[in-house]
Amino acid sequence: MSDLHAHSARYVRDSMLPPEAPPALESGAIKWLRENLFSGLLNSILTVLGLLTIAYLLKLALPWFLHGVWNANSLGECRQVIAANWGEGAHGACWAMIRERWNQFLFGFYPSSEYWRPILALLLLFLALAPVLFDEMSKKLMGAVAVVGVLVLWLSAYNGQWLPVGILVIIAGVTAFVGSRGRHWPQNLMWFSLVFPALAFWLLWGGTIWLPVMVMAGFIVGGIALRIATPMIGLMPALAFAVLAAFFWWYFAAGPATDALAAMSGRNQPFWLRRVNSDEFGGFVLAFTIGLSGIAISLPMGIVLALGRQSDMLLVKALCVGFIEFIRGVPLITLLFTASLLLNYFLPPGTNFDIILRVIIMVTLFSAAYIAEVIRGGLAALPRGQYEAADALGLDYWKAQRLIVMPQALKISIPGIVSSFIGLFKDTTLVVFVALLDPLKGITDAVRASIQWKGIYWEPYIFVGAIFFIICFSMSRYSMFLENKLKREHR
Amino acid sequence: MSDPHAVTREINRSHMQVSDEVAIQITNMNKWYGAFHVLRDINVTVNRGERIVICGPSGSGKSTLIRCINRLEEHQQGKIIVDGIELTNDLKNIDKVRSEVGMVFQHFNLFPHLTILENCTLAPIWVRKVPKKEAEATAMHFLEKVKIPEQALKYPGQLSGGQQQRVAIARSLCMKPRIMLFDEPTSALDPEMIKEVLDTMIELAEEGMTMLCVTHEMGFAQAVANRVIFMDQGQIVEQNEPKEFFNNPQSDRTKLFLSQILGH
Repeated sequence: MSDLHAHSARYVRDSMLPPEAPPALESGAIKWLRENLFSGLLNSILTVLGLLTIAYLLKLALPWFLHGVWNANSLGECRQVIAANWGEGAHGACWAMIRERWNQFLFGFYPSSEYWRPILALLLLFLALAPVLFDEMSKKLMGAVAVVGVLVLWLSAYNGQWLPVGILVIIAGVTAFVGSRGRHWPQNLMWFSLVFPALAFWLLWGGTIWLPVMVMAGFIVGGIALRIATPMIGLMPALAFAVLAAFFWWYFAAGPATDALAAMSGRNQPFWLRRVNSDEFGGFVLAFTIGLSGIAISLPMGIVLALGRQSDMLLVKALCVGFIEFIRGVPLITLLFTASLLLNYFLPPGTNFDIILRVIIMVTLFSAAYIAEVIRGGLAALPRGQYEAADALGLDYWKAQRLIVMPQALKISIPGIVSSFIGLFKDTTLVVFVALLDPLKGITDAVRASIQWKGIYWEPYIFVGAIFFIICFSMSRYSMFLENKLKREHR
Repeated sequence: MSDPHAVTREINRSHMQVSDEVAIQITNMNKWYGAFHVLRDINVTVNRGERIVICGPSGSGKSTLIRCINRLEEHQQGKIIVDGIELTNDLKNIDKVRSEVGMVFQHFNLFPHLTILENCTLAPIWVRKVPKKEAEATAMHFLEKVKIPEQALKYPGQLSGGQQQRVAIARSLCMKPRIMLFDEPTSALDPEMIKEVLDTMIELAEEGMTMLCVTHEMGFAQAVANRVIFMDQGQIVEQNEPKEFFNNPQSDRTKLFLSQILGH
């Protein structure tokens, strides 16, 4: 065929006709409209009805939003301004309440001189999350970092507390330096993710720095014990030994060591921060503290429970099934009441077990049970051949789980896991029932109890709802990003 | 005989020698699935260097038999000794046997979340504790041997069935096994891909690998095997060297099976 050209064939077309544009009805916006909105009589009617409904709702709600007042000192003032601007009987939102009280929505009754601590904790949280959530730097991640930076800057400026800004600048400098040196930027910050829980605890609750340091030291003790014991007695006994060693450290050594060091350093900066009690927490600081702790602990716990449920060992299996079914069988509020009231009856008199800690434990257990079931679904979706291939290569149970089974099962379970996380975060508002000031009802009620804002109804809920939406929607988008990334990789 | 995959090329038999050393010894082995008696009184001795093809109608227990050899299935009676190690409930022994015995599955069972190279280096790194660099060099060597080094950085889902099965063979070889088990390695493949996998297996046989192969590829059996085992209803009905087995089958069941599989 290759020698078939104009010389040997009688006729060969050498100029091609230009492609014609497709008919107008079959392209662009018109085609899209025809296909998606007006593809038949019924659909056309539904489209028109839908548009009318939207228009009607907008007509009702839009003026309320547009008439919003930002500058006023009370609801009464708001109403006067609206009446003056838009006539008697006009409706309008009174956003001035948020302007006045938004610090309370964010921080609850956290002492205002210490606002920089939760702000700094939030800032560091993003730094700690980066290596966990992303494995490479991207423009989008850079953008997210910039947004967070601006947010912190603004929060700090608003409160006149510049310490977080200074630290932000230092961190930005360090990251820029590290980022320019190696391409593993978020990954080599993993150590910070591990230290962050202790740091955040200290920032939020204050007190002496030695307590979180000594608690962290327990992990180091365990790690050293594991490293020394593994060559001598094998991995599993060594693991048990390490857990025992860490436990002994926490139970016997950590307390006295903390006291001794605290006595030495006294209440001098930077070893001491003003103590903030749990009942001063509130608003989104509280929601974040409970929600993120719950999320961070419930995922590994859920994995262990899911594996336990599949175990051949009868006792392990029975315990896991019993735990999961019990927790899933009772409402979260039951567990919260147990945490706040019942637990005190069982603990020895005089023990004061922090209420936020108790709530975190209950929320974590609750979410772990659901996550265990989600992961079990992922495990069930794996073909048997994967287990067999891992076995046939001589991988032991834990290696097979870690290298072959979990990466695939977790990938399948991502949407379910993230749904559980979103549910958990929203459920943090239920702590209002154990007298903690959640942003939705606790703080809103506190605001509405004041004489200036008595009678305000929609605005606080819309504001709190909007913040919840932004956070939950971000989680949902992250889950989709992760799914797409893994899909692209594995195909 | 009209076998579409008849082996036409010359086989180099210089390394295909059967030694006296016993690789696998199965004595009086019985296995049940619940009340169902899958394997009955199996006695097989495999010497090092042997290339054994196991055939038989579906449900005859041939896959179960080779899966017992690396204890993907547990047997209830009798003894299985692989490389001098008896298979019992001792997990350490089982893992040791499994790392010495390579297995290739009907459905490849590659790990879809890892690249081809990672599939091949995973077990050497985590089980044999080979340094990563060295494991990768070994993996590339075997990928070249199965003629797909250029696919090393792709994921299994991007490869054809025949390529995936060759990767599976390379993955097993990376553990430097002394025995290879093949469980119907070509049954899930399109006809045009069967040949590439069989060629790889033939090369392996030419190097003197001890092989047990459950397959219906009679061309392969005739060209490469030194013994063919015919199973039916959980029993070994007949075993012989390929020429005798195909030309002069003893039992009626063997004759029936051969007439069905060869006489299209």
